[in-house]
Amino acid sequence: MVFDPELAEIRFGCGLAAQLAQPSDVAAMLARLQGPDVAAHTFAIPGLDTGLATAATFAKLRRAWRKSREGKQASLAKQAFRKYRRHHVQQQHLWFRQSLLRQCQTRDGFRERLVLFWADHFTAQGKRAALRPMGAPYVESAIRPHLAGRFEDLLIAAVTSPLMLHYLDQHRSIGPNSRAARRRKGRGGLNENLAREVMELHTLGVDGPYGQQDVRQLAELFTGLNFNAKKGFAFRGGQAEPGSETVLGVTYGADEGKAELGPILQVLRDLAAHPATAAHLARKLAVHFTRDDPDPGLVADLTESYIQSGGDLTRVYETLLQHPASWEPELNNIKPPQDFVASACRGLGIGTGDLADWKAKQLRRVLVAPLGLMGQRWQAAPGPDGWPEEDTAWITPQGLSARLRWAMAAPQKLRKDLPDPLRFAEQSLGQRADARVRFVAGAAETRAEAIGLILASPAFQRR
Amino acid sequence: MSVSRRSFLTHGTVLGCSLAASPLLTPVSFAAAPWDTRLVVIVLRGGMDGLDVLRPYGDPGFAGLRPTLGSGPGLGGPNGGGGVDLDGVFSLHPALAPPMPPLGRPELGFVQAVSTPYRDRRSHFDGQDILEAGTRTLGERRDGWLNRLLQQQSGVEARTAFALGQGDLQLLRGVAPVSDWSPDADLLLSPQAEDLAKLLMQEDPLFKAALSEALALSREDAQDPAMGETSGGASSEMMRSGMEIPKARRGKAHLKLAEFAARQLRGETRIASFSLNGWDTHTRQKKALGAALTRLGDSILALKQGLGVDVWDKTAIVAVTEFGRTARQNGTGGTDHGTGGAMILAGGAIRGGRVFGQWPGLAEADLYNRRDLMPTGDLRATLAWIMQGMTGVSRTVLEQQVFPGVQMAADPGYLR
Repeated sequence: MVFDPELAEIRFGCGLAAQLAQPSDVAAMLARLQGPDVAAHTFAIPGLDTGLATAATFAKLRRAWRKSREGKQASLAKQAFRKYRRHHVQQQHLWFRQSLLRQCQTRDGFRERLVLFWADHFTAQGKRAALRPMGAPYVESAIRPHLAGRFEDLLIAAVTSPLMLHYLDQHRSIGPNSRAARRRKGRGGLNENLAREVMELHTLGVDGPYGQQDVRQLAELFTGLNFNAKKGFAFRGGQAEPGSETVLGVTYGADEGKAELGPILQVLRDLAAHPATAAHLARKLAVHFTRDDPDPGLVADLTESYIQSGGDLTRVYETLLQHPASWEPELNNIKPPQDFVASACRGLGIGTGDLADWKAKQLRRVLVAPLGLMGQRWQAAPGPDGWPEEDTAWITPQGLSARLRWAMAAPQKLRKDLPDPLRFAEQSLGQRADARVRFVAGAAETRAEAIGLILASPAFQRR
Repeated sequence: MSVSRRSFLTHGTVLGCSLAASPLLTPVSFAAAPWDTRLVVIVLRGGMDGLDVLRPYGDPGFAGLRPTLGSGPGLGGPNGGGGVDLDGVFSLHPALAPPMPPLGRPELGFVQAVSTPYRDRRSHFDGQDILEAGTRTLGERRDGWLNRLLQQQSGVEARTAFALGQGDLQLLRGVAPVSDWSPDADLLLSPQAEDLAKLLMQEDPLFKAALSEALALSREDAQDPAMGETSGGASSEMMRSGMEIPKARRGKAHLKLAEFAARQLRGETRIASFSLNGWDTHTRQKKALGAALTRLGDSILALKQGLGVDVWDKTAIVAVTEFGRTARQNGTGGTDHGTGGAMILAGGAIRGGRVFGQWPGLAEADLYNRRDLMPTGDLRATLAWIMQGMTGVSRTVLEQQVFPGVQMAADPGYLR
């Protein structure tokens, strides 16, 4: 395998940037990943604890407003709630700016890509107004700290995260024979949603060796996973189905005695260690980082590396980065809209100063909203299975149209002066600035059109 | 996949040729499609609860399974009721009442207790894949059934069928040409920029095809008088001030889709398809299902208005979902993924006002796996009969090519 620093940035990072040094080899990429999380420190986003506290304030103010009757007090309560709601909704645009700046400025681009990959693998969203903006804090708390560790820790962090429990209805699931169900005289009920998605999407994969009975048993085992706004995650024994459950032939929990969290963590560890999980994750990584139809040898090696290392993700990444199939010089995958926009900003050298005085509204209009028309509303994947990986899902007529329109319009709003197109082509495409791109850079009628065309070119859109 | 599935209109231009002088500004004319009826397929993603849309209040088991969800027609009481009585057994969810006025020819029809052949795993993603593939099992075919219908016709052009909206519609995936568009993605480049974009993308088939279709559709929209002031105004403004940042769709996206579909269907287009989301009602189903059904009803009304009386009379709208939901409501005011469900039919071509299908009953022994409504019919058979009536494609082709392995049995008479 021949290491190509440009390709490392394009395929495994956030794109080329003139002012930022490219990694020198695989060891340097992995060392950065294992070192301190500089980008998160520089461009901070609050964790889910803080996020939940703001959601609780949101709910409290809304209650106060709804309870208030008439007169001055009511109008004050309404005013207070509306003001907070505006702040609550708009803060996510500020978090978008932070995550964009991380992608623009980082020297550890592989880390940002892994954040996006695992955040997509463990898609979780707020379904109520108070929790809707919580995507970024969720990623900050549940995904980001566990990228380079063992998959089981990432799995446990994501599956027990309050946002995931909310998104897949786990906090409402009540064991049919639990104390809570008896108290509610049968109004309690089991909800299979999280149990199903954990096996189908997060671990074994849809072709994995499990059946409806395993889903049901895992759902019974999961009862008790809950959260509250003050403490975050909480295990509620009262909701838990008493007795043991059998998942994939293994029995968890005791027939007698108090239900506990331990067996739930154990089943997650066992699911993480399952060979079907290894194969499922290996294929997903290979598709995401190389091509829609990945080299079978690469998938096999990743699977093997996962099994041999006991799910040590850094070892799996090392296998990925050392594999010849990862370094095919021809660009393949299409950058999803978020990565396209971020790599364009990175190529344009966008830094803190450029976006410092931008209001939430401006961020939404120029950066966040256009992602929707490109087909990728920020942190709003169509379902728990996340965004599509297929190239054809993104380069549709309307998807390409939205990319081209953004590429021509946005750069001049992001920077006071646009760069010289030819130099920009060389800096943002490196060796891949071929004769055709160079011709276009010189032939366009305006600088904005030239920059837009370079950004819309297949050479920039693929990685 | 999507490259090979489209045969795009090719617009050869010479570098430097000005847009104003381009012969491309002449409206492109199309060969008439091989049939004259219109078919709209709406995919209801998330698993619509057929038992709450068509409430079998006449079944003795119903009230016990759904203690707090909707009940029969106009009963009021603690559970709301207020639906439209269809036949003394089924009551229609009140949110679908607007397209079902009490007087005049009923233009909504229903099929109860149907499903795809998908069983047991109850995954949205597999359920939708199999719904759109139109096959008995997963992985049999990579193309979709609506595309295979097109493959059986001669004279199919790119605009004969439209896949609308931002998501991928797998049911239209395949080798027959299909247009793919979202109503608010118009692309109007300066002539020079357009030529340079074509040059940049000419050797990448995926980009080349997408650009070519985006330009063609944008031109057509810009000229279409039916698009009205807004679009024309926006386009000329775009030409004046250079490119503007595209705005994401907001709010009434489903109406825009329906209106765009109607506009195309008034012309050469014969098939249009789009998705409506929001049917996965695990919790607080009352509110969520009401909102989703209102969107569906509004889309149907928008299609009716946009198509005009003549075209509406030869239009069939079919709304399908990946599976029904559990017969029993769950502990969170909703329902979980199930099996047997319902289909909603609409349009002037439909024999409306009735509930088709064989009712299996709701006693525990009659349920599928003792939990879901037992599917007594293959929803593909309903689709096949409607397509047979609309396009004249033969039963053999439908049973072997379009929906491999389906048994159409006798025609229940879905069409007028």
